Amino acid sequence: MSATESVRAAMTPSVPESLSASVPGTTDNAPGDDAGLLLPVPDEDGAPFWDHAARGELRVQSCSDCDELRFPPRPCCPHCQSFASHWRRMSGRGRIWSYVLPHPPLLPAYAALPGYNAIVVELAEAPRIRLVGNLVAAPDAPLNSVGPARLRIGAPVKAVFAKLPGGVTVPRWLLERP
Amino acid sequence: MGATLKDATAIAGIGQTPFAKHLPESEKTLACRAIVAALDDAGIAPSEVDAFASYTMEETDEVEIAKAIGAGDVTHFSKVGYGGGGSCATVAHLAAAVATGQASVGVAWRSRKRGSGPRPWKNTRVQLPTPGQWTRPFGLLRPADEIGLLARRYMHEYGATRDHLFNVALACRNRANQNPAAIMYERPLTREMYMTARWISEPLCLFDNCLETDGALACVVVSAERARDCRQRPVYVHSAAQGLPAQHHGMVNYWNDDPLTGPAWTAARHLWKGADLGPQDVDVAQIYDAFTPLIPLSLEGYGFCGRGEGAAFTEGGALEIGGRLPLNTGGGGLSEAYVHGFNLITEGVKQLRGTSTAQVPDAATCLVTAGEGVPTSALLLRS
Repeated sequence: MSATESVRAAMTPSVPESLSASVPGTTDNAPGDDAGLLLPVPDEDGAPFWDHAARGELRVQSCSDCDELRFPPRPCCPHCQSFASHWRRMSGRGRIWSYVLPHPPLLPAYAALPGYNAIVVELAEAPRIRLVGNLVAAPDAPLNSVGPARLRIGAPVKAVFAKLPGGVTVPRWLLERP
Repeated sequence: MGATLKDATAIAGIGQTPFAKHLPESEKTLACRAIVAALDDAGIAPSEVDAFASYTMEETDEVEIAKAIGAGDVTHFSKVGYGGGGSCATVAHLAAAVATGQASVGVAWRSRKRGSGPRPWKNTRVQLPTPGQWTRPFGLLRPADEIGLLARRYMHEYGATRDHLFNVALACRNRANQNPAAIMYERPLTREMYMTARWISEPLCLFDNCLETDGALACVVVSAERARDCRQRPVYVHSAAQGLPAQHHGMVNYWNDDPLTGPAWTAARHLWKGADLGPQDVDVAQIYDAFTPLIPLSLEGYGFCGRGEGAAFTEGGALEIGGRLPLNTGGGGLSEAYVHGFNLITEGVKQLRGTSTAQVPDAATCLVTAGEGVPTSALLLRS
């Protein structure tokens, strides 16, 4: 095993058991599931993100050699080609970079949430790392719980975590100044 | 320096089916009709066809098409990925094959029942795990939502308004109103209709979105020398390019340093490098218009104006006939038909033959682009 590989073995979690076996795919949502929203279908590179989210931590993949963050996660660092990586914890603070208000035609579970938003958040520590998410009034509040008039590019937000009926935890975003 | 693509090949024939919300025939039948019509337009026998190119999303394949139309032995076939980003690359691949002697008569085609068939985004089973896991659970479901996010940011950064997007929608609709083959031939658009239309993904309304169409198109690519002996005036492939920028993420391009400089910028650098002409020499443009914001983004990328100036470029009737850059003169994906941009290629050919229903006087150079916001491609055609 090379030095790089051993670093990787030590620092990169394998596919977390909480996700590798039992997480339903987006098409496996049982009829009658709470909102019937799509669940993330993690791949091998992305699985650690969701595993950390399940523990209430927002973490982004970081190169273990050159320290550059990268998102979405991938096997190799585009800056130095190292295969060694770990997951760096973020403060969870950021700003709204952009947003949309999707209207029908939509998948039924989303059409049932009129006025819902989808936002892109740029992270405070790394503005070029941006996460797609939803602005909500409380961690477990629905995706349309914040009025569209409150959405504004540049608004400071903070990450919270919501456990979905399928057992998957996803980040959500609250306004810093509600 | 090896062989150059410049003017080595030409589009010698074009063909299309009617466009409609619903056509009764299958995609395979429609594809064959468009291809046979294109070969007839060129005056080339199907048995001479030895190359094919299409999109990876094309449901009809070379084996089925070749045996149906009666093609000969085929020595080059390719499919290009990334949906509408592949349109111009189908012609580019054939041009490269013909220019380097891999084949002599190439057919590019696209047949799609998008009007009466399913919406791709509704099938959650086929979504890719990456990057879908980062977007779809949050309700970013459709291409309109994905581009809507970039559009909102673009409007915020540069002061672009809905009126700028309306300028794009209106120019396409006005040209469709001149084109009897266009879905929107008899349906004029007004500013009031636009401003009061229902939202699809705010800030994008109904008229910022392309049509959903059944139809098929094809074109025939041969050497420049051969084209001069064909039935129609040759339309030369002066330059061609594909573009996949460094650290690009597809339509959800939110994860690089500068999401608003998309694949158009990459394709454009290569396109102009291989050309004797520049943006100032383009008489008419067919720019991929699945969504209106792709036009200002593409105008910037292909060098018709500076960064952030694409919206302002659309002012004062610039995109209309007689304007600075007449746009999508058949009506485009917004108002003629949405067949993954292939109708933009055939319309470019019509302009350079002088046979468009909205002819730009003496048009000699036409830019055709494929989908911006995904790995893309472009052609610079000249007469």
